[in-house]
Amino acid sequence: MPGAFLLPLLIGIPLLGAILVMCTPKAEYTLHRGIGLAVTTVTFLVSLAILKFFDSKGDGYQLVFDAEWIPGLGAHFKTGVDGISVFLVLLTTFLMPLTLLGTGKGIEKHVREFIAAMLVLEAGMIGAFVSLDVFLFYVFWEVMLIPMYLLIGIWGGQRRLYASIKFVIYTMAGSLCMLVAIFYVYVQHAHVTGVYTTDLQELLQVSLPYHAQVWCFAAFALAFAIKVPLFPLHTWLPDAHVEAPTAGSVILAGVMLKFGIYGFLRYAMPLFPHGAAVWAPAIAILAVIGIIYGALVAFAQDDVKKLVAYSSVSHLGFCALGIFTLTTYGISGSIYAMLSHGLTTGGLFLGIGYLYERRHTRRMAEYGGIWKQMPVFAGLYLVIVMGSAGLPALSGFVGEFMTLLGTFNARDTFPIGHADFLPYPRLLAALATTGVIFGAIYLLWMFHKVFFGKLDKAKNGKLPDLSTRELAVFIPLVVGIFLMGMFPRPMLTTMEPAVKKFVSDFDRRLTDLGRESDPEGLPRLYGTTGPVVPPPASPPIPVVPVMGDTP
Amino acid sequence: MDPQSAAAFVTADPHFAGLPLLAWIPLLPLLGAFINLVFGRWLSRGTVQAIAIAAVAAACGLVVYLVFFPLYDAFRNGQGGVGIEQQVYTWIEVGSFKAQLAFRLDTLSSVMVLIITFVGTWIHIYSTGYMSHEPRYAAYFGYLNLFMGAMLILVLGSSLPVMFIGWEGVGLCSFLLIGFWYENDAYATAGRKAFVVNRIGDFCFLLGMFLLFWATKDIASSDASGVVRGSLDFATLKLPQAGAAFVQPFWGGERLAAAAGILLFIGASGKSAQIPLYVWLPDAMAGPTPVSALIHAATMVTAGVYMICRMSFLFSASTTALIVVSTIGLLTALAAAFMAFAQTDLKKVLAYSTVSQLGFMFVAAGTGNWTAAIFHLMTHAFFKACLFLGAGSVMHGMEHGGSHTPGDITTMGGLKKHMPITRITFLISCLAIAGIFPFSGFFSKDDILGGAFHAHPPGWPDLYGKFLWVGLSVAALGTAVYMWRLYFLVFESKERTKEAEGAHESPASMTSALVVLATFATVIGLIGAPALRSIKLPGFTHSLAAWLAPSVTHQWHEGTPIEGEAPSAKDVAACANVEEEQGACTMDSGAAGVCMGEEHHLACEPASDLGTAGLLGGALGIGLLGIFIAWRLYRNGPSPTVAKLTAEHGPLHGAYEASKHKLWVDEFYDLSIVRGFKALARGLFEIVDRFIIDTVAVNGAAFVVGIFARISRWFQNGSVQRYLAGLIVGAAAVFFITDCHHKATFDYEFLTGGQLHLRAEPGAGIVGSQAVLSWDLDGDGVADRDPKNPNKPLSGMDLTVPAGDVGAKVTLWIEDPIARETTRVTRTIEMPEPTVGSAAPRPPSPTPAPSPPPAAPATGFSRGGN
Repeated sequence: MPGAFLLPLLIGIPLLGAILVMCTPKAEYTLHRGIGLAVTTVTFLVSLAILKFFDSKGDGYQLVFDAEWIPGLGAHFKTGVDGISVFLVLLTTFLMPLTLLGTGKGIEKHVREFIAAMLVLEAGMIGAFVSLDVFLFYVFWEVMLIPMYLLIGIWGGQRRLYASIKFVIYTMAGSLCMLVAIFYVYVQHAHVTGVYTTDLQELLQVSLPYHAQVWCFAAFALAFAIKVPLFPLHTWLPDAHVEAPTAGSVILAGVMLKFGIYGFLRYAMPLFPHGAAVWAPAIAILAVIGIIYGALVAFAQDDVKKLVAYSSVSHLGFCALGIFTLTTYGISGSIYAMLSHGLTTGGLFLGIGYLYERRHTRRMAEYGGIWKQMPVFAGLYLVIVMGSAGLPALSGFVGEFMTLLGTFNARDTFPIGHADFLPYPRLLAALATTGVIFGAIYLLWMFHKVFFGKLDKAKNGKLPDLSTRELAVFIPLVVGIFLMGMFPRPMLTTMEPAVKKFVSDFDRRLTDLGRESDPEGLPRLYGTTGPVVPPPASPPIPVVPVMGDTP
Repeated sequence: MDPQSAAAFVTADPHFAGLPLLAWIPLLPLLGAFINLVFGRWLSRGTVQAIAIAAVAAACGLVVYLVFFPLYDAFRNGQGGVGIEQQVYTWIEVGSFKAQLAFRLDTLSSVMVLIITFVGTWIHIYSTGYMSHEPRYAAYFGYLNLFMGAMLILVLGSSLPVMFIGWEGVGLCSFLLIGFWYENDAYATAGRKAFVVNRIGDFCFLLGMFLLFWATKDIASSDASGVVRGSLDFATLKLPQAGAAFVQPFWGGERLAAAAGILLFIGASGKSAQIPLYVWLPDAMAGPTPVSALIHAATMVTAGVYMICRMSFLFSASTTALIVVSTIGLLTALAAAFMAFAQTDLKKVLAYSTVSQLGFMFVAAGTGNWTAAIFHLMTHAFFKACLFLGAGSVMHGMEHGGSHTPGDITTMGGLKKHMPITRITFLISCLAIAGIFPFSGFFSKDDILGGAFHAHPPGWPDLYGKFLWVGLSVAALGTAVYMWRLYFLVFESKERTKEAEGAHESPASMTSALVVLATFATVIGLIGAPALRSIKLPGFTHSLAAWLAPSVTHQWHEGTPIEGEAPSAKDVAACANVEEEQGACTMDSGAAGVCMGEEHHLACEPASDLGTAGLLGGALGIGLLGIFIAWRLYRNGPSPTVAKLTAEHGPLHGAYEASKHKLWVDEFYDLSIVRGFKALARGLFEIVDRFIIDTVAVNGAAFVVGIFARISRWFQNGSVQRYLAGLIVGAAAVFFITDCHHKATFDYEFLTGGQLHLRAEPGAGIVGSQAVLSWDLDGDGVADRDPKNPNKPLSGMDLTVPAGDVGAKVTLWIEDPIARETTRVTRTIEMPEPTVGSAAPRPPSPTPAPSPPPAAPATGFSRGGN
């Protein structure tokens, strides 16, 4: 496949860069920063080449690279992108150089190790987005945990140890559950087909029994829900954000949170469609609670960074809600909202970083009237804030609007009896839309407290406006926010085939299990009022014999 | 009129520099905004204002060309309802949802863009004088241009999402301009309040959009593609198929149009400051006065009225939505007029007056009198912009006189000597707003009052239209009184302070705008003169109604698909001719209604000349009465009569306080909503997030793990003595616990089929295979013999015997051959059902358990076998 080498290359460049930077002398901070910036920039430029090879009309995996990895386990080093993941990869590579460029005086010790950690982190994130093998995915999923743990734990603030350990234990608790479920799927697949493999596409050829799906989905969902984070599993996030250095916050909010949603889309929902159907109402309701709750709690913060952290809980709630609508609008909107959130929240954290480097405080009460002192910063920050608040023609609106439209139009009926995939979709949509109001409340409140009012704190009187370096970080972000808001169509149409395929595959796999199984043996939680679905044209998916869970 | 023919019509399709001409209308001010905001710091004041004014003036020129040439041609061809529709590009496309960035200039939007660009240009010019001392000059003009761009997108958008871009965009500009002097915390708060309150409305706007999209998901379309899978384009929503979707029952027995219409109306009431969302507008006076004139009087706040007229096809499908619109409009008109009485700030009075006049417009829209709504919107734009600019001029003059509270009308008086031009234009505008013939407000207000008087939509209570008419008349009386109170206090009698004596007329850049606006406020009413049967007026006096007719719906939607969204313009033109020749139509009926002879036309009742004249005279009389009252009370400055009435124990004290404190609505909102919201946020954070989730659940789990870790750490400290002690204690514990729990005994359980299952549990310390068991089942106190081998005692760990063979007491002997001890266990067998045992026959001997082997080899030892 043309361009197949690109994705392993994308993983390799940062890793090599990390090794390179560790080989340099310890005290050469400028050199370290230069290498970090150069490597991430090269990675970004290489990642742009994906678009050249990527067929925007294709709905399958492209640029697939497949090499045997652990033969005994059947694990492959298999990578590829489709419309769902391609822009997430680009988001990662786009944010990375900006983050390193934006990290100025904030990191003053162990710069070499810092750069190396960031580069490993980038490799891990790209790897997790492009893996097409569950085992490979799991390895990358854990790989990116370690540098983030170090970032918070070494370069973090006062309570960095508490925050970093909380972050790791929270995430590990979920991911170990996922690992168990991965093994279960792996073994069940081998039972039916006789082939031991962790290749995602192979695993998808087998449909698990109903109850197994419910439990396995729960295990995956726990890992992903912690990552998103869904209410009430979110409390690691504010701590991690507040303690993490600016770069850590940007990457954590900008990219890492997306793995939760991405994991649902790529793994949990396709592998366990019945599980998804069973848990969808719960997750959707938690997402709506998260939207409102995150916004309300954000309003109660005095720490700017904590406010933005809680705003992530609210924004990611939209994303989580979107994918469970099972509509093209909802899922495309959800992906788009993730991309937009990467830019806006990344920008918000970077801006807070700039303020923090100048004043060494994040308390809003310490600011006020900053607009007078830093008008350029204030103007650009306003664009980012408005993008985050979902002002039309800026990036945030498109994703939010499509997500809510999708929720409002979520399908009421599903094949084989999942009559109510989402209960009361229009009520949920109405509740979720209140996030639009709350978003404006807390974001403008923050903007007011920091930038408006009298410049009455003596320390604020001498703050310099943005330097050229800082402008060089902000301007691409602001331009990106404008472009994503005004010209969303190219991205949306590129992701649409993959999203449509996701929805149709999901339906087909729900139907297959229904047809293959004993009609009396299949538990029907939702009654049998669904419409009669004509048998699909494709060959049926083999079904794992039900073991011990038939009544 | 399907979209195909609409597209086919646009023959001219004018482009400039690769972009459709329509796109240039908002784009020009946006470009100006971009230049001034990004490069403004390096530009001179002259360049800044030249760019800003040129951008808006060029847009105005473009609009004038497009309206008076291509659109007018289209109107004469009967295509005014479609007008010019041009697509720039596809903005959002996902699945079946498609939002084109497309602009639509039809007769309705053309009126709006003319007002916006024309008034906007003059306010830009005025601003060069008013803001001349402002250090952030470029930012001001940048915001102003940005506002113009957003407002033009709002008005020209051809679909709800595009309209929403402008809708939120003007909200942002409003936020920025109200809080323009952000160093004053109260001003910044006012800006934020405006944005948040608008967002509450926008929330409902969004829901309305979702609902309309959902409703039109499956409607058939007449174009080639067959089915529209949901659309928010005005052109598609206007289709009869969509109309059928609007009238489907939705909720509580109402049509879908009622829900969608009310949601959209809440959106409109946020933007247009209606109850209960009007509270931001009086605070918005914190912004520079030209901003108040442009945004908070002439253009942005009327966007809600425009949107309802734009969606007339939807509102005409639900008279429930209309009664909501008109009732809220009436209440707002009355409440705001009441609150205006006791205000002493010049701009605050004007702000409440704006809220009140917007209420008039909503009543017009709510009675289906779209023409009157737009007509009043237009006249109001001129006279209220003129009033605000006049107020700005007065405050400018007072500031020059040395006043630090330039808006306080109690410090003014006698300004007519010092500011003659401002005074004349203010006077004209006051005459217009009071509805005095022949100023513009007379015609538009009468149009609304007459329309309400005759309104009788299906489903409304009888005489509700008359009720609206009475209410509006009271509000109109109030308007005349408080506006003329303002006029007398500011301009008439003598100067009350030194500052007023020192005031002087404003520069020409400001007064020129006043003169132009006042001129229009005088004459513009003539395009909507009432029609009389016996007096023939020239054709242009009815031009507004005829011009708007193709763009709005004239029939109540009765539930069956209607043929077209509006009568074709030819009919209208014919109608206008008929009207001119015979004078058969009242103006407030809308031209089309009567002439088409439809049964369910909107707001139309053929009236005699006498009736029309009576209504006109009544309206005029109300205005004159109001002026007279104000003259009696305030011609010599603040009125002693009023002061006496409203003093501490005066009869009107309560009413006066209520008016002065704006009915305490802000305080009520603050207590109930704002504080509640803050408390909720704080409570959720402290209680749910910090305590329940983080402290109890998360750290609690960690704490429990930690406790175990601590305990085990105590044991594993490397000291051998402690390990040894632990070993001993542990071993002792093991023995103790096992001993406690394993006393020798046996279990029994009744099986189905009358069988009893007995199982011996030899207990601690006895190895099961070596124990010797013997049973006494029949309760005689002697060990039984095994029926298969009568020489041996009945033995075995497990026995299954017929229940009937078992006596009330069963005894088990367990002999431990090692310890040489015998334990005896006796238990009473309790039958589950007592009848079973008595009814069952009793076989002579028990049956041993079939499956288990004998637990111990028979040793011949027998204890009770003798």
